[in-house]
Amino acid sequence: MGATHLPATEFDGTGVDDQREAEAEALLGGPAEPMVQLLAPDGTLGTDPVFSEYAQRLDAEKLRGFYADMAKIRRFDVEATALQRQGQLALWVPLTGQEAAQIGSGRASQPQDYIFPTYREHGVALTRNVDLAELLRQFRGVSNGGWNPKDTNFHLYTLVLAAQTPHAVGYAMGIQRDQKLAARAAEADGAAGVPAEPKAAVVVYFGDGASSEGDVHESMVFASSYNAPVVFFCQNNHWAISVPSSVQTRIPLSNRAKGYGFPGIRVDGNDVIAVHAVTEWALERAREGKGPVLIEAFTYRVGAHTTADDPTKYRESAEEGLWRAKDPLERLEKYLRTEGLADDAFFDRVRADGDELAAYVRKTTHDLETPDIRTAFANTYVEAHPLVAEELAWFEEYSAGFAEEAGPADAETGDAR
Amino acid sequence: MTTMTIAKAINEGLRATLGGNPRSLLMGEDIGALGGVYRVSDGLLAEFGADRVVDTPLAESGIIGTAIGLSLRGYLPVCEIQFDGFVFPGFNQITTQLAKMHSRSNGNLTVPVVIRIPYGGGIGSIEHHSESPEALFAHTAGLRIITPSNPHDAYWMIQQAVDCQDPVIVFEPKRRYWLKGEVDMESPGASADPFKAHVLREGTDATVVVYGPLVPVALAAANAAAEDGHSVEVIDLRSISPIDFDTVTASVQKTGRLIVAHEAPTFGGIGGEIAARISERAFHSLEAPVIRVGGFHMPYPVAKVEEDYLPDIDRILEALERALSY
Repeated sequence: MGATHLPATEFDGTGVDDQREAEAEALLGGPAEPMVQLLAPDGTLGTDPVFSEYAQRLDAEKLRGFYADMAKIRRFDVEATALQRQGQLALWVPLTGQEAAQIGSGRASQPQDYIFPTYREHGVALTRNVDLAELLRQFRGVSNGGWNPKDTNFHLYTLVLAAQTPHAVGYAMGIQRDQKLAARAAEADGAAGVPAEPKAAVVVYFGDGASSEGDVHESMVFASSYNAPVVFFCQNNHWAISVPSSVQTRIPLSNRAKGYGFPGIRVDGNDVIAVHAVTEWALERAREGKGPVLIEAFTYRVGAHTTADDPTKYRESAEEGLWRAKDPLERLEKYLRTEGLADDAFFDRVRADGDELAAYVRKTTHDLETPDIRTAFANTYVEAHPLVAEELAWFEEYSAGFAEEAGPADAETGDAR
Repeated sequence: MTTMTIAKAINEGLRATLGGNPRSLLMGEDIGALGGVYRVSDGLLAEFGADRVVDTPLAESGIIGTAIGLSLRGYLPVCEIQFDGFVFPGFNQITTQLAKMHSRSNGNLTVPVVIRIPYGGGIGSIEHHSESPEALFAHTAGLRIITPSNPHDAYWMIQQAVDCQDPVIVFEPKRRYWLKGEVDMESPGASADPFKAHVLREGTDATVVVYGPLVPVALAAANAAAEDGHSVEVIDLRSISPIDFDTVTASVQKTGRLIVAHEAPTFGGIGGEIAARISERAFHSLEAPVIRVGGFHMPYPVAKVEEDYLPDIDRILEALERALSY
C-alpha cells in the first residue's frame, strides 16, 4: 500500500486521494456535503451559516473547559496505556486523536440525555462525570461494567460492535412514550402548573468499522420509522483495527443518513467547537421531536486500536503525521492564546491537573479489589434461580473443603481458596 | 372456567397485560392490523393503539435490540418473532446483550424483555418455519425459557413472563395453537409458578418427560401403554430454563425409568441435560438407562417427510419398551 493510496484524507479536499473523491462524487451524483469546520488547524475561527450561531454560545470559560477536558483525557489515556504495559490492565483502548470528537459531543449533552458508548468513549465518560478509575474496572478484569449507568446516564461499554445502537433507539422510543404518559397524567390531574420534566434525547456512539454491522442499519430504520429522539454519533477514525474505512464505505458515511430519511452531517472531528455546535444542534432538534440525526465526526485514531494492535503492519507513519498536524488540542491552544483567552498559567494548571488525575487513577487501579465470584452467582438472574442456587451451594461446600484442609489458621482469615 | 384455544388464551393474556400495565407494549412484524400471522395479537391494535401494539420493521435484531432499550427506560416489551427459524438474526442481541445486561451491570440494570417464539413442526410448512431451537437459548445463562402446552398455562404464562424481572423466552407450540381447553381466568391455581413442572398423569413403571407440542403425544402414548398393562407417569416440564429437576427426580425415584422426548434434535438437546442430571441425582433408582427420543441430527426435513422426523406415539412406546426390557 503506497502513501498516495492511503485513505487518511479521503474527501477532505486536499487532493491526496482524488480518485476516491471523484468516485464518491460519481456515486452520489454530485459532490458530498461539505464538512463542517469552525476552528482550522492553524487556530483561526471560521464561520458557518448554521453552526456559527452555536459556536457563539461558547464563552471563554467553556472553551478553556474544553481544552482542560481534552488535555485531561489525553493524560488519562497515556496513564492507562502505561498501566497496561506494566501488566496492571489486560487491555487498553487508546483514544488519542479523538479528544475533540468526544469532548465536543459529550459537553453538548444535557444531564437528562442518555448516552450509549461503544468502548473507546473515555472522553465522553469524563463529560458525564463517570469516575475514570471506574472505567478501568473492565480493563483490569474485575468487572464487565464498572459503574452504575443510572448515576450519570452514561451506559456501560459494549464490546459487541454496534449492539448498543438498537438499545439507544429503543431507549429513545421510551423517552417518547414517557412524554406521552406524562402529558396524559398531567391532563388527568389537571396539573397544568406542574413543571414538565426536561425533554431528553439519546446519543449513541459507534465507529466507521461498526457502521458495516447490520445493527446500525436496523437501528437507523427503526429511528426513522418512529422519529426517535436519537443522535447517531459515528467517530470515523479511519481504521477498523487494520481495515481502512475505504473498505467500509465508498461514500462519506454521513451521506447514508439520506437513505434513511434524516439529516447526516460530516463534521471535522478534530475541531471541538464544530463538534460541539453540530451535536448541540442535533440534540436540540431531537428533543424538540424532529427526529434522528447522523453525525460523522471525521477524525483519526493516532495510536493503535488497542494495546494488542500493531499499526505499523498496516499503515504508513506518513499518514499518522498528516493527522498529527490536525491535532485537536494544539489548534484550540493556538486559538486560546491568539485570542488572549488563556495564558501559560492556565496551561500549567491543566498539566498539573492531568498529572494529579493520573496519580489518582494509578493508585486506584492498584487498589481495585478482585471481586468474589459469589457476586457473579448473585447477578446472573434478578429473581431466584434453582440451578444457580444449586451450583452456588456446591461451590460453597467445595470451597469449605479447602478451608478445612488449610487448617484453622488459614480458615480464620477466611481464605477459603 | 372458559373454553378457548391456546392462541386465544395468549391473546387474552396479552390483553390482560396491556390493560393492567401502561408501560407494557407488544412489538413485532405484522402483529398490528393483521393480528400476527397466527392472529395471536388479533384485535389488540384496535383496543390499545399503535404505541402499545407496535408493527415493527422487518428486522429481528432491531426488534430485540430496541426492546432492550425500551426496557432500560422502564418499559415492558413483549416481542413476537414470527417463526422459530427467523430468530437467528436476533440471536446476537438475545445471547450477548439481553442475557448478560443484568450481570455485566453488577446487578444495577434489569431488562425484563419477553420474547414470544412460535416453535416446532407438524404444520406442513416450508424451510425455517418448523424448528426447535430451545436448547441454543437454554445454554445461555441469564435467560429463562418456558413453554405452555395448554390454554390455561398459555393464558397465565405470558403474564407471568411479563411480571418476571429477568428476560423470558416463551416458546409457543405452534401446531397446538388451535388446541382447546379450559382456562380459569380468575386464578392460575397450580400454574402459579411457571417454572415448576406438572405431573399430568401418575404412573409407577416409567416416567416420560415432555414439554410443549409433545405433551398430547406423550399422554396418548401413556394411554396406549396402559392398554398393555404398563403404568406410565407423564410430566409436562413447562420450564426449559430453569428445569424443575426436583419433580423429575421424585418421579424417577418412584418409577425407576425415564424417557425424555422433544422435537428438537436429540444430540446436544435438553434431553441430554435431563439424562445427565437424573443419572447424577437418582442413579441408584434407575432400573434402565435414561432414553432420549427426539429429532434427528439434520436440518428440519421437508414437510412431506416430517412425520418420519417428529417423535410420535410409536417412537415413545418403542423407547418405553427398551426401558422396560432392562
